[in-house]
Amino acid sequence: MDWLPVGFSLAILVTWYVVVTWHDVPEFILPSPVKVIEELIGSWDLLLEHTLVTISEAFLGLFISIVLGTAIGFAMGYFETFRRMVYPLFVMTQTVPLFVLAPLFILWFGFGILPKIVVVFMVCFFPIAVTFAQGLVQSDSGMDDLLSVMGATRWKIFRISRIPQALPHLFSGLKIAATYGIVGAVLAEWVGAQKGLGVFMTRAMKSFRTGVLFADVLIIVLLSMLLYKAVEWVERIVCRNITNGGKIT
Amino acid sequence: MEQIVAENVSKYYTVPPEKGGRNHERLQVLTNVSFRVERNEFVSILGPSGCGKSTLLRMLAGLDRDYEGTIRMEDVDLKKNRVPVCYMLQKDHLLPWRTLMENVLLPAEIEGADLKKEAEAVRPMLREFGLEEFENYRPHALSGGMRQRAALLRTYRMRGDIMLLDEPFGALDEITRMQMQDWLLDVWGKHRKTVVFVTHNIEEAILLSDRVLVMSPRPGTIVKDIRIDFQRPRNRDMLLGSQFLGYKKDILASLG
Repeated sequence: MDWLPVGFSLAILVTWYVVVTWHDVPEFILPSPVKVIEELIGSWDLLLEHTLVTISEAFLGLFISIVLGTAIGFAMGYFETFRRMVYPLFVMTQTVPLFVLAPLFILWFGFGILPKIVVVFMVCFFPIAVTFAQGLVQSDSGMDDLLSVMGATRWKIFRISRIPQALPHLFSGLKIAATYGIVGAVLAEWVGAQKGLGVFMTRAMKSFRTGVLFADVLIIVLLSMLLYKAVEWVERIVCRNITNGGKIT
Repeated sequence: MEQIVAENVSKYYTVPPEKGGRNHERLQVLTNVSFRVERNEFVSILGPSGCGKSTLLRMLAGLDRDYEGTIRMEDVDLKKNRVPVCYMLQKDHLLPWRTLMENVLLPAEIEGADLKKEAEAVRPMLREFGLEEFENYRPHALSGGMRQRAALLRTYRMRGDIMLLDEPFGALDEITRMQMQDWLLDVWGKHRKTVVFVTHNIEEAILLSDRVLVMSPRPGTIVKDIRIDFQRPRNRDMLLGSQFLGYKKDILASLG
């Protein structure tokens, strides 16, 4: 474990604490880190309830993104015509501001869980599909030649060489998606929902309970990091031997 | 008997605009290449880089059918049909996530052959190729020379009586390269196959070959066909005699 970032973050926390206490900053403007932890423990039951809702939205959205993103990424890597057809469209979906789309989704799909899943999907699908497609397209022409002389069909060339080679790319997309998943769900809740960390956040803000707001954010950060680490862990197992030297940095 | 007959082979590339080609500019890489290779002959194609020798080898491998002229291999017109050959490039192209054995089994796997049987056939060859104890190693754990030997063993296990080797030792350091040449002579002495060996190393070409075909710079054509009359088995001492220097002089002269 690298202790440098840990130490640095700790230093920031201490500075934060010192400045807030020293200057007597009002809690609704900036609560001290200690206060945030206190709020986290104090409102734990309520926070947990909202967290579970957000987690299920994010997980469902991520799951669908991974399944469809990998499938469509593969299709884009395998069929050039398909890639040329859909790629500009996918890029376009990423340029439309989400805070415009999110209310529309509520209009179309109601106040339930569906519009949240759609928002998460909109955010997470793209990096997965694009990185995988890119990994598949990038190829060593010598390797393809060699396999082809051995009598391999295009599908076999993909199965034997291109797909394994593209896996590290796919995982970098998955890691990006993992960090976006929770935030995507929160953003969707913000626009309209009954439960979830996003809703809880707006309530905390309106009542000037900044300490609870920070506790809410803390949960979002921790969840996102946990998801990221989980993907990294799977990557390490799957890609152990793919990159030269058997190491991924 | 002639196994490969190439007649008046010419090749043009159209350079795409994104690579700096002007409108439909055609670049000639090969012009009127004709040669014959006999069964179990070891023939080197020697020439400066960019003369089209790798392109020629890709044609022999059946990877490129867009050329003028004809190439017949075992009486098959390569424009119409493919002939199974053994093919090897400068890079070892071992899959890093497979063990050495799994890499060597690749040709059999692609053909859908019985892998257990193939592994039994490969095992005694591992010893010959100096890879005996490394069956379960992954390529990154092997030295450059070992990886190249593994790649050559995999090439040997491909179906076909003709070996097409495209600068197989080009990426190796001088010492490893010499060891690989000695060792190739040894292996080839035991398992004869027809070999077409592309190189730009004059010494290597003379040491290994029955014949050296010297190519001109682009557009490449064969400017000289030199028979190397050293007896086999060969050894490195031949590189010190006057006969060797005579061949070298001959080749240098035809390279201009």
